[in-house]
Amino acid sequence: MSRERLLGAVVLLALGLVPLAAHLMGEPFTITLATRAAILALAAVGLNIALGLGGLVSLGHATFFGIGGYAMGILASHVQNYEPMFEWPVLFEGSTSMPVIWLVAVLASALVALLIGLLALRTSGVYFIMITLAFGQMFYFFSISWSRYGGEDGMSIYVRNGFPGLNTLDPIQFFGLCYAVLCLVLLGAHLLARSPFGLALGAARQSPDRVQAVGLDPKRLRLVGFVISGAITGLAGALFADLNRFVSPTMFSWQTSGEIMVFIILGGVGRLFGPVVGAAVFVMLEHWLGDMSEYWHIWLGVLLLAVVLFARGGLVGLIAGRERAHD
Amino acid sequence: MTEAILETRGLVKTYGALRASDGITLDLRPGEIHAVIGPNGAGKSTMIKQLSGNIAPDEGTVHFLGKDVTGLSTMARARMGLARTFQVSALAMEDTVLQNAVLGALGATSSPYRFFRPALKRAELRDRAMAALERMGLAGHAATVVSELSHGQRRQLEVAVALTLQPRAFLMDEPMAGLGGEGSQQLTSILDRLRAEAPILLIEHDMDAVFALADRISVLVYGRIVATGTVDEIRRSPEVRDAYLGDAE
Repeated sequence: MSRERLLGAVVLLALGLVPLAAHLMGEPFTITLATRAAILALAAVGLNIALGLGGLVSLGHATFFGIGGYAMGILASHVQNYEPMFEWPVLFEGSTSMPVIWLVAVLASALVALLIGLLALRTSGVYFIMITLAFGQMFYFFSISWSRYGGEDGMSIYVRNGFPGLNTLDPIQFFGLCYAVLCLVLLGAHLLARSPFGLALGAARQSPDRVQAVGLDPKRLRLVGFVISGAITGLAGALFADLNRFVSPTMFSWQTSGEIMVFIILGGVGRLFGPVVGAAVFVMLEHWLGDMSEYWHIWLGVLLLAVVLFARGGLVGLIAGRERAHD
Repeated sequence: MTEAILETRGLVKTYGALRASDGITLDLRPGEIHAVIGPNGAGKSTMIKQLSGNIAPDEGTVHFLGKDVTGLSTMARARMGLARTFQVSALAMEDTVLQNAVLGALGATSSPYRFFRPALKRAELRDRAMAALERMGLAGHAATVVSELSHGQRRQLEVAVALTLQPRAFLMDEPMAGLGGEGSQQLTSILDRLRAEAPILLIEHDMDAVFALADRISVLVYGRIVATGTVDEIRRSPEVRDAYLGDAE
């Protein structure tokens, strides 16, 4: 087992065991923190496919995070308020079932990623960053003005949505669910990076001329990568809204996009467990430093600066050493 | 006369007042190495980019395997079997030698839109890639990351990736660039054998290699082909001496 895999196993194990211990000691707040870390990690695993594998610096992944959140908020609010979403062609009352919400969240964010990607991927570099950012801001301001679904106050959903066979209001059970989703998506991301698609997308980042010269279309590869990336971040958004039982325009804000990117840079761009390490460290800092001072972001900034200057592979790179060379 | 594999007729490409290609007509026949030489700025790169499909000519046509491919993309031409190597190595530097070769095999044989089973575990891709690496003497470096290869090995990998396409014709843009005497000789003997498999349109500055390899030589000066002929004919041609070989500039 390589050091990187060992590190990944340790991090994943710790993320699983800490809430379990907290559960036994009766500290639900710690479980909530771990759940938050797992969900934010999931969002960053999504962005890491675009950013790490595809080299697409998207500063608009809050778009997908927010779409996931609003998919949950809209579907659940209709049930909560006894107002059917639509009556034609069939009566649809909304949904409080997580699998249904997740499906809608994933499909909606994939569709939006496709549309944004079609436009944004015609450009590269700074222009790509700006277009993704602009789309995020459009969704942000749209959600603020959409009073039907809470406007700038957002929406509270009083009862956490259900998952067959689980009591999702029990913190440890909801954590287990989020943790399982994270592990599955990590497995998928691991396979993706080594699959023909991952190989081709990685090559399209490093040498698009080469990819064309062997008969593959780098633009289409990037588009598919961007859609997969957006869909995963959308799923994380639905879980995040369910964790807080609240969704608001903040999920669409560019600060959210920035934070998701910070997780990856902190943990290690393009490294499988980079997003997990980054999100976990972020949540811990937010909790401990946030207790001491409301200006805790300064210390996050110092850490980020140190990582960027002295540990290009992020914390994962610092601990596990240089890259991969898989198989 | 056998039919040409790759053929251009009257290619014209202008950039402002500069006619980078000024009515280029040439062909590449089965089994030959056709070298294109010319001084810096003669328009060799512009020509090869029109052949590979990276830029579109203003006038003229490109035929490949008897088909007009002038309007086809680089990708479509590559899938038809037109394999290009780059003057400056365009490899995935963070990937291994094998991964680079598998990328070629992937482009040649199948769809990249498969997301689960590892590319390197797929026998059809791996075998094809390894066969190409073995022929270029790189099989022992399959697991090496490209950024750790020597310059000469990168040049060989360029050719190996082209080989994975099992091409019908090669476009080689200065494959010897930056190679020392020994590396250059080594690659020369490899290309010598390669022509039996698919003809090579060779752009090269290394005159020893050109004279050793070429069946025919075309001389490109200011976007025009001023002469085409065998090695001896070109060596003797006074026009060519004036324009190029004897010219110290």
